Amino acid sequence: MKTTRDCLIFLGQLAFTLLVAAFLIVPAVLSMLAGITSNYFLGVKSGLTLQWVLQVWELYHDTIFRSFLIAFSTLAVTLAVGIPAAYALHLRNDRVSRAVEEIITLPLAIPGLAIALALLLTYGGFSDFRRSWLFILVGHAIFTLPFMVRSVMAVFAAIDVKTLDEGAASLGASPWRRFCDVIVPNARPGILAGSLMVVTLSLGEFNLTWMLHTPLTKTLPVGLADSYASMRLEVASAYTLVFFIMIIPLLTAMQVFAGYRGAASGPKR
Amino acid sequence: MSGNDKTNGHGVALRVHACAKTFADGTRALEPVTLDVARGETVVLLGPSGCGKTTLLRIIAGLETPDAGGRILFNEADVTRVPIERRNVGMVFQSYALFPNMNVSDNIGYGLKIRGVSEAERKARIAELVALTGIAGLEHRRVDQLSGGQRQRVALARAVAARPSVLLLDEPLTALDAALRERLRGELNRLLRTLGITAIYVTHDQAEAMALGDRIVVMRRGAIAQVGTPRDIYFAPANRFVAEFVGAANILEAECNAGVLLLPGGRLALANDAAAAALNGHANGRIFAMIRPESIRIIAPDGAALTGEVDSVSFVGDRQRAAIGGVAGKPIMVDVPNSTPIKAGDRVGLSVDPGDIRVLAGDTA
Ligand SMILES: Nc1ncnc2c1ncn2[C@@H]1O[C@H](COP(=O)(O)OP(=O)(O)OP(=O)(O)O)[C@@H](O)[C@H]1O
Ligand SMILES: [Mg+2]
Repeated sequence: MKTTRDCLIFLGQLAFTLLVAAFLIVPAVLSMLAGITSNYFLGVKSGLTLQWVLQVWELYHDTIFRSFLIAFSTLAVTLAVGIPAAYALHLRNDRVSRAVEEIITLPLAIPGLAIALALLLTYGGFSDFRRSWLFILVGHAIFTLPFMVRSVMAVFAAIDVKTLDEGAASLGASPWRRFCDVIVPNARPGILAGSLMVVTLSLGEFNLTWMLHTPLTKTLPVGLADSYASMRLEVASAYTLVFFIMIIPLLTAMQVFAGYRGAASGPKR
Repeated sequence: MSGNDKTNGHGVALRVHACAKTFADGTRALEPVTLDVARGETVVLLGPSGCGKTTLLRIIAGLETPDAGGRILFNEADVTRVPIERRNVGMVFQSYALFPNMNVSDNIGYGLKIRGVSEAERKARIAELVALTGIAGLEHRRVDQLSGGQRQRVALARAVAARPSVLLLDEPLTALDAALRERLRGELNRLLRTLGITAIYVTHDQAEAMALGDRIVVMRRGAIAQVGTPRDIYFAPANRFVAEFVGAANILEAECNAGVLLLPGGRLALANDAAAAALNGHANGRIFAMIRPESIRIIAPDGAALTGEVDSVSFVGDRQRAAIGGVAGKPIMVDVPNSTPIKAGDRVGLSVDPGDIRVLAGDTA
């Protein structure tokens, strides 16, 4: 009796899971399928083709490279700024540092469009800067920094980094040596989690980027919007397909890397 | 043992001069404290929680700066403004602060690596310390795979690896269970003697302080209450606080008349000089007298100068401790051998050698 009930519950859960998965996956699959269909209105029977994908590549490959360039530059900036910032904030832990932490976190609550507008108002006059991809980089760095700082600070709070720092200092290590030898290696899980978030967010960021871009500094999501608005449905879908092909191996690789390094640094406490 | 003569005598003479500490939030953690520690000496800072032991230790280490006017001298050189990483101290933290990203030998060798010691020398020194602290075979373990006692040993080995001028230990055994604590206390004692290093050891455990210290500094509310050898502190406490904090003590407040204490339970003769000293030459007056439970003997009540009634008896293992009422204002504690039959309600006589009664200076608390 009990087993029948367990069985029913299991089947119910399975069905629900599959349903949810299907709800999410089917549109993605259809969309990607559309990208390799000769004529979407006639359906798959019109034949499969790579012509749309090639067309996307020709039209938009620069946006793909730019997106990756911006994503990894954003990562570099948030690493260089975020880890020392998290370290300093954690060590000070007074009213000033808590205020700074709140300010850093603020961009999460402000719509991307508002940040973009503020950047345009402030720096729009520097036309060379305004026209380069660096302008978008600044927006992305502001937007993603809190994710890096927060996840690194979470690790610092968990490992009593202050005592570790004092321990290293008592052994003669300068502040810089302490940072490299003890602080960063022990904050690695947080750094990896933060990096994953920063890269993902930067690659997919649309609001802010859309406001900041120029015709010559389009990123992948901006290009996508552009193609949805002005191209054949098949082209837009092929673009989505390209996006998936680019981002899924990247994210998988980063996850595997994080998991591997996490395992190497031992069991989680 | 060529390693040993290099190890020996690596301490400095240490001087703490008028070091006070007021924290940013206004907490006065330390009144101006002056303390001299000889080369190779082990000094224990002992006192109740919050009395400023850790603060004083951190000032010596260089993790806190003393208020203006305070100075720290290592071998007469003023190091007050020198940051901890250039003071050449070794430190053992209560939580050990081992680096989770390094294995045991990398932890021990970190200070040597920082000092640019060659890999071969480093290996030799690590091997020496691993043997000395009894953790051979664990060199390649990750530190989170060690037991509490093993971590404690690694922390100690790491702290002394680079032959520091001063070894500073902040309650290094507190995180361990009682049996292990006692064993490690013995090992630590042996190690400190072997190394001949100048050491400051913080604890709130008086047994630990007695066992380890060449001298004990008893602290109270940010100030030094007494400095002395364990025997001084135990047998000749400077005041009531020290007497009660170190070991068990009966404090009797009573009228003194011509060298005799007048108590509700009878009379108690003092040593001549003790009474005179306490009363500044006057023959009579109120004084505080301290008697340790183990220096009181139970005798037959008939004809005894001091008598009382047993309130309660508790068995402590190697002896029994009785509380005797009716002798003084409050029950007094007496250690009684297990062979002496005694039970609540018995009338007993008490006898104390005049030499075992310590007259204390009139004390604030
Ligand atoms: N960073 C700080 N800011 C403000 N007050 C502090 C700080 N550190 C310590 N104190 C205060 O200074 C006093 C002495 O603290 P300290 O840590 O030296 O005591 P302790 O003798 O080591 O006590 P314990 O045995 O509990 O470790 C305490 O009242 C404590 O609350
Ligand atoms: Mg303390």
